[in-house]
Amino acid sequence: MRALRGGDEQAFAELVGRLTPSMLAVAAGRVPGRTVAEEVVQETWLAVLTGLDRFEGRSSLRTWVFGILLNIARTRGARERRSVPFSSAFPTDQAGPQAQAGPTVDPGRFHPPGTPWSGHWTAVPQPWELPENALLSHEIRTRLRAALDALPPGQRAVVHLRDVQGLDAAEVCAILDLEPGNQRVLLHRGRARIRQALEDYIHEEPA
Amino acid sequence: MFLTHGLDIDCNELVELVTAYLDDALDPDTRRRFTDHLDLCDGCDTYVEQMRQTIRLTGALAADDLAPDLRETLLTAFRGWKNGTAPPA
Ligand SMILES: [Zn+2]
Repeated sequence: MRALRGGDEQAFAELVGRLTPSMLAVAAGRVPGRTVAEEVVQETWLAVLTGLDRFEGRSSLRTWVFGILLNIARTRGARERRSVPFSSAFPTDQAGPQAQAGPTVDPGRFHPPGTPWSGHWTAVPQPWELPENALLSHEIRTRLRAALDALPPGQRAVVHLRDVQGLDAAEVCAILDLEPGNQRVLLHRGRARIRQALEDYIHEEPA
Repeated sequence: MFLTHGLDIDCNELVELVTAYLDDALDPDTRRRFTDHLDLCDGCDTYVEQMRQTIRLTGALAADDLAPDLRETLLTAFRGWKNGTAPPA
């Protein structure tokens, strides 16, 4: 914080590097198109710099930055909606029950209803033998990134804030204006899809 | 895994509660049934562990590099701010 106010470019670069991918993901769920999302993120950083002296530290710096982002995205989203006809650009998963229904694990992995072991694994998941340096593996990062980018916008925004940025549930609810239950559903569905992508990757590895 | 037969949470129900469990958002009774099930079921125990691993790995993405042109744009804005000049639009 102090470093930032003092004009420490290194500190700013670090913060930008750490927050911007998640900011893009959150903005992408609110405004149409990657270009507009990037503009929203740039505008946010300018607003952050301008407002830095007024930041009082009552919220975490990240919560504050994402709050500004959402305000700018809201304004921008409203403007775009008026000027650009786009019916499909807005996410359908923000609150739509249809995208939140249904199991997150393939029902084919459990014994079917009406059988003696109904609801139990037909074949249990096999523990992952992740290499010790899994966190550094380029392959795994690429797969993870792809799985994260492929999530529906609402899930992607929540997973970014919760699991990439490490914010807690209450902070994410406040930033995205979500009910706790809704936040949890989006997070759970997103995580389950990413877990599946990792499992697919691990299983295709030659033994 | 067969020990879980007759427990009131089935595996396909448990997997939908993992995030609530990890956030400590289950009511005490459901939480107890959840952990009782985990104690008896290797499959679900592995599934929960894989969700934890997924979260950990996703967290490591925070260190990923930003597109260089966007990064440069933002750093230029920072220099402008620092020097008190108007930031580029
Ligand atoms: Zn089970």
